[in-house]
Amino acid sequence: MNLLLSITVGVLFAASIYMILRRSVVKLIIGLVLLGHGANLLIFLSSGLVRGRPPLVPMGESRLEGEYSDPLPAALILTAIVISFGIVSFAAVLVKRAYQEVGTDDLDEMKNTDR
Amino acid sequence: MLIATLLIFGAALVGPVVHRLLGRFAAPVLALAPLAGFIYFLREAKRIFEGGSVFENWNWAPELGVMLGFRLDGLALLFALLVTGVGVLVVVYAGAYLKGHVHLGRFYSYLLGFMGSMLGLVLTDNVIALFVFWELTSITSYLLIGFDHQRKAARDSALQALLVTGIGGLALLAGLVLLGVLGMQASLDDPWSVSGLIEGLAGGAIDRDSGLVHGAVVLILLGALTKSAIFPFHFWLPGAMEAPTPVSAYLHSSTMVKAGIFLIARFQQGFSGMALWDTTLVVLGGITMVGTVFLASRQTYYKKLLAYSTTSSLGAMAMLLGLGANAAVGAMGYLFAHAMFKGALFLVAGNVDHGAHEKDTEKVGGLAGKMPLTFAAALLAAASMAGVAPMLGFAAKKLMKYGLHGSEWETILVVGVTAFSVMTAMVACMVGVLPFIGKLKGSAGEAHEVSPGLLFGPLVLAVLGVVAGVMPGWFAAPLIASAASSVAGAEKSVSIGLGSLMKADLSMALTVGAIVAGVVLFVVRALWRRATSPVEWLDVVGPARMYTRSVSGTLWLAWWQTRILQNGYLRHYVWTILGTTIALVGYGLYRSGIERIPLPIDQPFYFEIALVMFIMAGAIGASTIRTRLAVVSVLGIVGFAIAAVYVIFGAFDVAMTQFAIETLIVIILVLVVYHLPRFRSFSTPISRWMDVLLALGFGAMMTVLALLAADVTLSGPISDYFAENAAPVAYGRNVVNVILVDFRATDTFGEIVVLALAALGVMTLLRLRASNPNGGTEGDGGKGEGA
Repeated sequence: MNLLLSITVGVLFAASIYMILRRSVVKLIIGLVLLGHGANLLIFLSSGLVRGRPPLVPMGESRLEGEYSDPLPAALILTAIVISFGIVSFAAVLVKRAYQEVGTDDLDEMKNTDR
Repeated sequence: MLIATLLIFGAALVGPVVHRLLGRFAAPVLALAPLAGFIYFLREAKRIFEGGSVFENWNWAPELGVMLGFRLDGLALLFALLVTGVGVLVVVYAGAYLKGHVHLGRFYSYLLGFMGSMLGLVLTDNVIALFVFWELTSITSYLLIGFDHQRKAARDSALQALLVTGIGGLALLAGLVLLGVLGMQASLDDPWSVSGLIEGLAGGAIDRDSGLVHGAVVLILLGALTKSAIFPFHFWLPGAMEAPTPVSAYLHSSTMVKAGIFLIARFQQGFSGMALWDTTLVVLGGITMVGTVFLASRQTYYKKLLAYSTTSSLGAMAMLLGLGANAAVGAMGYLFAHAMFKGALFLVAGNVDHGAHEKDTEKVGGLAGKMPLTFAAALLAAASMAGVAPMLGFAAKKLMKYGLHGSEWETILVVGVTAFSVMTAMVACMVGVLPFIGKLKGSAGEAHEVSPGLLFGPLVLAVLGVVAGVMPGWFAAPLIASAASSVAGAEKSVSIGLGSLMKADLSMALTVGAIVAGVVLFVVRALWRRATSPVEWLDVVGPARMYTRSVSGTLWLAWWQTRILQNGYLRHYVWTILGTTIALVGYGLYRSGIERIPLPIDQPFYFEIALVMFIMAGAIGASTIRTRLAVVSVLGIVGFAIAAVYVIFGAFDVAMTQFAIETLIVIILVLVVYHLPRFRSFSTPISRWMDVLLALGFGAMMTVLALLAADVTLSGPISDYFAENAAPVAYGRNVVNVILVDFRATDTFGEIVVLALAALGVMTLLRLRASNPNGGTEGDGGKGEGA
């Protein structure tokens, strides 16, 4: 499963980079979303995978024993997901607004509007 | 000494205010600061003449053992007196010269700031402070040369002077640091003091044969030669004549350009005897001496004449310093005399410009009757410059010739110095005589004598030149002798009494002959200029041209690399960054061995395989499907599938967040996407395939990194701490939650701030109306408010 998920991470990154390299500004947002997924999954993978043992301290015990999923990456990813939501919604509105003002969705043309 | 320096800097600070409050009385008041310094140095002079020196140490950073040391010895005394003395005259002169100028207050600031830097430079005993003062003189002189900042020529010249001397300054810093490091290796008491280093070099504590010392010599010479406009850096000085005349008089005759000479003289004891040091100085100094005075002899503009003859005098001084201890007296004597007569002549040039409004010496004549006092000053100074007895210049020329004795290059140097004397005498006639004699010519008819403020400076300097020549024992001889002693490191006596110099020997014959030849050359100057006109082709290949070339080359390089690397296209940036990353990481992976990448083979469940397939298919679909709504749905599938992966591997908090956020993102995108244009393809097939290649490369790299990362176990993961303490310390059983709200609560707070800011941004973007009524709303559906 580790191998499969590693390949998935690669595919997510490849797809996102491809979209970021496009000239259409809408595709840029799609690329951003995919980039966030890829990065999160990469962090998740790097701690090692453990099936079905969430980091919950059982009632009556004072600490986690045995094998359990690493809580730290989970906490990191949780934060990252929320922030990438902020970024994506801001970027989406920004792009919409820029399109309204400039009248183009071609990044190459947007480059020239401030001249 | 610190107080004297700070006093002048203080005057620089309050200069504009004083100017505003006192108007035309500001100049005399501000001149009090350098005057106070001048008097202080005069009082110390007696002690210095007796062979002593004054040390002053201020704690700068005692914890680091850094002291701000000041030292007043013969050399520093000569310079300090010139800086403050000429400084007083120039401030007074500037007040009259720039009367009514809008930025006169600012000018006082620059001028006094320069003065303070120059004074600090000659007095300091700390190498770092030396460098700082050195650069301060460069910066303030940049401001002074470019004072007339509305003229392009002034700005260009200022920049040229700054670049040339600034690069030299950096070389100097490197050289000084190198010396300091050598001093530390030689465990000197204070490796960062100038005097300590020179003692170390002279005394043999630092091995002078080592390559590092030679490197330091090259770097320090680079600093000194650029500052003093020695060939091949001589070109910036004539350009710097764009400065107002008082500045030219001060910076380019008596002080700043002599900073390089000062530096050479200061390190003379340390480096003298090293072939590299001596030869460079003699050769480059000699070339400058003869070459630039020749260029001067072809000029007609007042300040250009003076500028070129100044570089040639600087060359002469550098050459003499290269000849070692014997010539030190000649170097110091000529330096002193030069500061007097050249300062006076620059001020005279300003007066002629002021009184007759003419900058070209050939175009004006007969001013003697109209401007008698200016003429008197000009004549005295020019006589000193030409080396006529009994002026100080005569004695200086003799001392120069004595310095050549015993050198291995004696014959050629005598020839060179004689040529220099001839042409200098001619230039002296050009500047001191030509505009004043003959019939009234050009604008001379309306000329008038200038105000006392403008006469004071040149007259004082010119008369001092005579007094020093006639009564050498009063101040000139001891001053020159003590300066030469501290340069040579041995007691030097100077006898410049007229009686002792008036000997009928070869050098006397040469001196007289040079003056006569100079006058002859002056008379036939038109012929001379025509005869020497072939040298004009030098302009095409000369260093000035090189400078222009290298500046425009640098600008072009900057423009070119900006165009390539920072062209404003997002995908080019991404390409550059990712391409570099892939290349470097790939090389690293290759070096560490591909076979080390672990390939874990295990048996995943079928539903897990199905999920992964969903994600991959979704990602590929999102980047290929051309319908907007379909892409958004596919994105949703990817997000939910990833959330399911989180659930399987025990991160249900993450999964819950992901479900919620994914839903929101889909909703937002659906709402926004309809206000956006349909997907369009702008790229060419080639660039698309190139992008595919880059994307695949990056994806492959990330896969490899993910595989490697899973295999790495850090020593003592910090998660154990959380696992142990979550329940007993934070009273929470869900460790992920405890991390977020307890252990790393501030991080979570930061996250909330980010989210709030994003919300604010979104709201602002939606609420703001288009500022431009034509702000295109064409395309499909640009109207409406959106989410």
